[in-house]
Amino acid sequence: MAIRSLKTGQFSRSALVGNPVIMPGSYESIATATFTGSALSITFSSIPSTYSHLQIRGFARTPSGNDQIDLRFNSDTGNNYSMHGLSGSGSSASAEGYGTQNRIFNVNSPISNADIYCLSVIDILDYANTNKYKTVRTLQGYDANGSGVIAFNSGSWQSTSAVTSITLAARSYNPTSISTFALYGVN
Amino acid sequence: MPAGKTYTPLARTTLSSAAATVTFNSISGSYTDLVLIINGYDIDGNGYLTMQFNGNTGSNYSRTTLSGNGSTTTSIRNSNSTVLYPTIGPSLTNIGGDIIHFLNYSNTTTNKTVLFRGSQTGNATIAQVGLWRNTSAITSISLSAASGNIAAGSTFTLYGILAA
Repeated sequence: MAIRSLKTGQFSRSALVGNPVIMPGSYESIATATFTGSALSITFSSIPSTYSHLQIRGFARTPSGNDQIDLRFNSDTGNNYSMHGLSGSGSSASAEGYGTQNRIFNVNSPISNADIYCLSVIDILDYANTNKYKTVRTLQGYDANGSGVIAFNSGSWQSTSAVTSITLAARSYNPTSISTFALYGVN
Repeated sequence: MPAGKTYTPLARTTLSSAAATVTFNSISGSYTDLVLIINGYDIDGNGYLTMQFNGNTGSNYSRTTLSGNGSTTTSIRNSNSTVLYPTIGPSLTNIGGDIIHFLNYSNTTTNKTVLFRGSQTGNATIAQVGLWRNTSAITSISLSAASGNIAAGSTFTLYGILAA
């Protein structure tokens, strides 16, 4: 949906997953976090509240298959998250939903393919609003020439706090040292 | 601290007449990610294009898809393909397109993975993940009609995103 500024007359569009791209100038790099290869997690902290939305663009792999990288806000490890997913395995489509979780599931790890990484584009909508819970949606996937997954996920953090920090944590295996997540602010 | 504004337009092609192929050459390696926005339709009604990188025509591409047409959901896979398949509209009334994310496209260590978020008005919504089994940096992107031509008025816009 195009939005026209009453002040400047300029049109802008959303850059969030699945929507048309924003106009240049309203998308700003905030920080990049790269895994060390010897740690399970990375954290974006002291996130400024000056944007409308956040977007994380991830490129990651863990050295063992079936591991996932989870998303949490403000170090909240309570059961305050929920999520729904729609995914394709290459042979079938499936849907899943989880309430009362202590994380939002994110990146699946490619199995036994060292040169193949899972990509994710994660939108965190109206993250600084203190009057409502927070909504997250993702587009993520990997293909390994014979296996793979493509998925839409949406999630909620049942907190009215502004998101000021984001932690991405693998459950069991340290992501590789070139696994990287970049945080952007969208206006 | 924020590093500054990004999402830089690198190139835009608007077809003034029907054409079989659109190519972006000499893509700078100085960005973190690329985003390619396609909007239009193909004259033969295929509803998809073919895409190759760096002129590579080998069987080095594969994909996994998820789509819904309003009544059913489908997931398919193509392995050892010679192309990837971005979405475009199959007709003027079913105009469509794709937003294609190329993350870490210029690294020379890993194979290249690409995320697609496509749609066709009145027909379907589609997500795909594609793989190019090559560790070279992506320096050119070629998009072709599966048969016939891409319609006049179709647009192709390439952006660069630079992370802090």
